Formats: sequence, structure tokens, C-alpha cells
Amino acid sequence: MKLIVAIIRPEQLSDVLEALFHADVRGVTISRVQGHGGEIEHVENYRGTSVKMALAEKVRLEIGVSNHFVQPTIDAILSAARTGEVGDGKILVLPIEKIYRIRTGEQDQDAVTPVHSDS
Amino acid sequence: MNNADIAWMLVATALVLLMTPALAFFYGGLVRSKNVLNTMMMSFVALGPVAVIWALLGYSLAFAPGNGAIGSLAFAGLRGVGMEAHGAIPHLLFMAFQGTFAIITPALISGAVVERMRFNAYLAFILLWVVGVYAPVAHWVWGGGFLATMGALDFAGGAVVHVNAATAALVAAVVVGPRKDYGRHAMLPHNVPFAMLGAGLLWFGWFGFNAGSALSAGPTAALAFTNTLLAPATTLAVWTMFDLFRGGAATAVGAATAIVVGLVVVTPAAGYISPLSAIAMGALGAIPSYFALIYRAKTKLDDSLDVVAAHGLGGATGAILTGVFADAAWSGGPSGLIDGNPGQVLTQAASVLIVLAYSGGATFVILKVLALMMPLRITGRVEGVGLDVTQHGEEAYTAGDGAILVKPKEASIAHGVADVVVSESGGGL
Repeated sequence: MKLIVAIIRPEQLSDVLEALFHADVRGVTISRVQGHGGEIEHVENYRGTSVKMALAEKVRLEIGVSNHFVQPTIDAILSAARTGEVGDGKILVLPIEKIYRIRTGEQDQDAVTPVHSDS
Repeated sequence: MNNADIAWMLVATALVLLMTPALAFFYGGLVRSKNVLNTMMMSFVALGPVAVIWALLGYSLAFAPGNGAIGSLAFAGLRGVGMEAHGAIPHLLFMAFQGTFAIITPALISGAVVERMRFNAYLAFILLWVVGVYAPVAHWVWGGGFLATMGALDFAGGAVVHVNAATAALVAAVVVGPRKDYGRHAMLPHNVPFAMLGAGLLWFGWFGFNAGSALSAGPTAALAFTNTLLAPATTLAVWTMFDLFRGGAATAVGAATAIVVGLVVVTPAAGYISPLSAIAMGALGAIPSYFALIYRAKTKLDDSLDVVAAHGLGGATGAILTGVFADAAWSGGPSGLIDGNPGQVLTQAASVLIVLAYSGGATFVILKVLALMMPLRITGRVEGVGLDVTQHGEEAYTAGDGAILVKPKEASIAHGVADVVVSESGGGL
């Protein structure tokens, strides 16, 4: 089991979610974050004040997946989030010690296996 | 001239001017947050250069004595536009009142090309359009041109403003092309309260638009005013019922849209019809626009904010129904089908088709000529990042985190900590 953390451009989010959906990856958490990844800062002007925006808006995705889903998830993000310019973001793959599904108490592999029908 | 008429027309002119910022809020609320400043600027910018070019040239082409097709340069540079009477009011006040119409009409077009048209191309387009399309069409109907001679009725601009702008919007949406995400991703309104604020202020300003088109403070203004209350109210009621019967929920965006549609529908008729007819027109006018909105979203036409469905169909429906409901007992002159003059409906339909043909053709030519000189739209990544940052160098909603003050002399600011000031407060002033 791995926790995949991806930092991507906000404007690529829809494409990435679409790619994840097609890769059958369900279960994702996103948060709006700001960061700096070496890209050129753009300059904004407000009345007489010019400011360089050192922090860029990014979206952080967190996806807990079972082992055989790690590579498909990474491939989906790599292809959908890439524009080829500096600032496309990073993917981090982290080991997970334990996973619980709160609703059922299921653990680990079972806890990240999608449930398709709740009937 | 008397001061009561002048006082009302001063107020009416200010009311119509308010409609352009109101339109900015209406449109701005309906786009994504990364494009809201650009969208609002597309309306706001008309308040500047369009007003200037109207005073210097457009007004003369529309209202100076000329032939059936166009005015002349007799009033160019406001020559001969002074305090003398023009109807019940001073000539220069008439010019200013008409100027507020010339400002909002091109701004209406922007709804069809938001979120992808380059700002400088848009600016060049509306300046050419107001001189080349709006001024002649205004002349045809209100400046003594051939549509007036033909007997076409357009009280406050159903054909001149709404059909005209919506036809241009249709052509512009096709020539500029759809947004890259259109039909692929849902693009939701980012601030529905803005859209509702805009619709409310549009209604308020529209009392000046319609009742001011009486050009005096008399009973005709009172009639147009009342009809401007009743028609959109009925459209809103019918629209809400459609929403409830179709989806089970009365939507806020739907309510805001309904108000605008009802206002558009009654515009050509406001001073010609009875208040009960205004209620009928508001109800009938809801139908084509309501279903066109639903249908358009399924097509390839990225008329992003539905200028064609709201203003085009609403304006055409209103213009034709004016020929049905015009009533000599209320209008003091023109009568329509119900009042025993069936030919008026054909005259109205013809006026709509003529405006449609000219506006469509001329808009196409203007855009194609502009496209030879500059790209009309932004592309690829820039569209993804949004037009606020890329076209205006500003953001609407920034927390200001990580904003580094660029001081005048220091080009390579990022290097020295002492030179760096991180703004703690909001980014805007």
C-alpha cells in the first residue's frame, strides 16, 4: 500500500481527475495549496504597487492505493498533469503503515478497495 | 423644454449608465474565478473608449441628418450639439442618453466570447463595431432611417440593441471559437450572488432604459415604466414554474436569467402596449429563451453566457410581439395585430431580419479583418491559467501570500532578503 501525494497545477486538475477515473482509481482527496517549485514568478500590478507572486496556486492530491494500483495512478497523473513547462509539480510515493476504513473497520487492502454498490 | 422633462432624463441617463457595471456583475458571476476580472473588464471598458468614440463620431453617424442608411458628419466632434431643444430636452442631454445605449450594446456581445478572447482584440472589435454596426442600425430606427420610414416599432431597442448585439455575439462565438474545455469539463458559475446582484441592478437601470426612451417625463414614460415592472415579473414567475415542473427546483441562476429575458422582451414594446399586454408578453417571451438555453448547452456553439438565447430570441420575440400588442389607445399612435393592424407583425419581423442580416455580415467582416492584424483569442496554457493573470496581471481573489514587493530600482529582487517585503495583507488596494 502506498500513499501517492501529487502537487499539480490547478488548471490541470480536471484532466487529472478524468485520467484517474479512466484508470479506475476511486478515492482521492484534494486540497488547494500554494507553493514554489522553481518556476518564474509572474508579476502583478495593483495601482502603483508591483508584486512578484512567489507562491503559485497548486492543487495537492492524496490517494491511498493498493500495490497493483500504484503504477497506473502515477501514469495517469504524469500524462494528465504534464504541460512541459517548469511548475508542473511533483509526485511523491510514500509507504503506508496502516489503513482503516472508518465505516466498516476494514483494514489495509480491504480498506482501499472501492465499494461499487452500497445496496 | 421644461425642467421636469430634463430632470427625468438626467436621472434616466444615469440609470442606463449603471446597467453596464450591472452587466459586468451579471456576466462576472457566471464565469470561473480565474476569468472574472477579464469578464467584468469587457463590460467596464466600454464605459471609456466607446463613450468617447460615440461623442466624437458615433452619435453623428446615428443621429445627424443624413439619408435612409446612415447619418452624416454634421454632429461630428459634437459640433452643433448644445443646449438647444431636441424634442423636450437639450440636445446634448439626448446625445448623452443615447451614449449610454451605445456603451452597453457592445458590452452585451462580450458574453459570447468570455474566457478566451484576447482583451486588446476585443477592445478593437467593440470600437469598430459601435461605429460600423451600432451607429447605422440606431440611425435606421431612431435617427430617421429607412426602418423608421417603413414603420418599424422599436421603443427602447429590441432590434437596435438586443437583436443587434446577439447576432454579433453569435458570429463572434463562431469566429473566435469555443473554449478549450467546452463540452469536456463542466464550467460552473463561480459567484452566483454576483449574477443576482447584476440582474437586480440591470432591472433598476432598465427603468431608465425603457421609461427614459419616452424622452420626456409624461404619461408615456409612466406606461413604459409600469410595463418594465410587469413583464420581467411575469417572465420570472413563468420561468420559476418551468424550473419547478422540469427539475423540481427553482434555480437562482435561472431567476437572474429570467429577469434579463423579461426586460429584453418588453424593451421594444414598453411605450406601445397596455400593462396587461406586458404581462402577456412577459409570459410568452419566457418560452423560446427558456428552451433555447437548455438546447444550446447541448450544441457545439460556445455562446458562453447565452447572449443569443437571452437577448437574441428575447429581442426578436419582443419585436414581433410588439407588432401584435401595440395599442393605439395606450401608445397614442401605432397599433398592432390585436388593434386591427395585422401588417405591423410583418413589418416587425422584417426589421428583425434586416438587423440580423446586417449585424451578422458586418460583424463577420470586422472580426475577419481584425484577425489578419492580431490573434483574436488566447490559446493553450494561457487559457488554462486564466485571463485575469495573463491579460490583466491581476487576480480577483488573492490572499496575497508570497507576494513580493517589486521596488523600482531593484531588478533582481529575489536575491536579497533585505530587499524583500512579503505582503501580509490582501493583495489588492
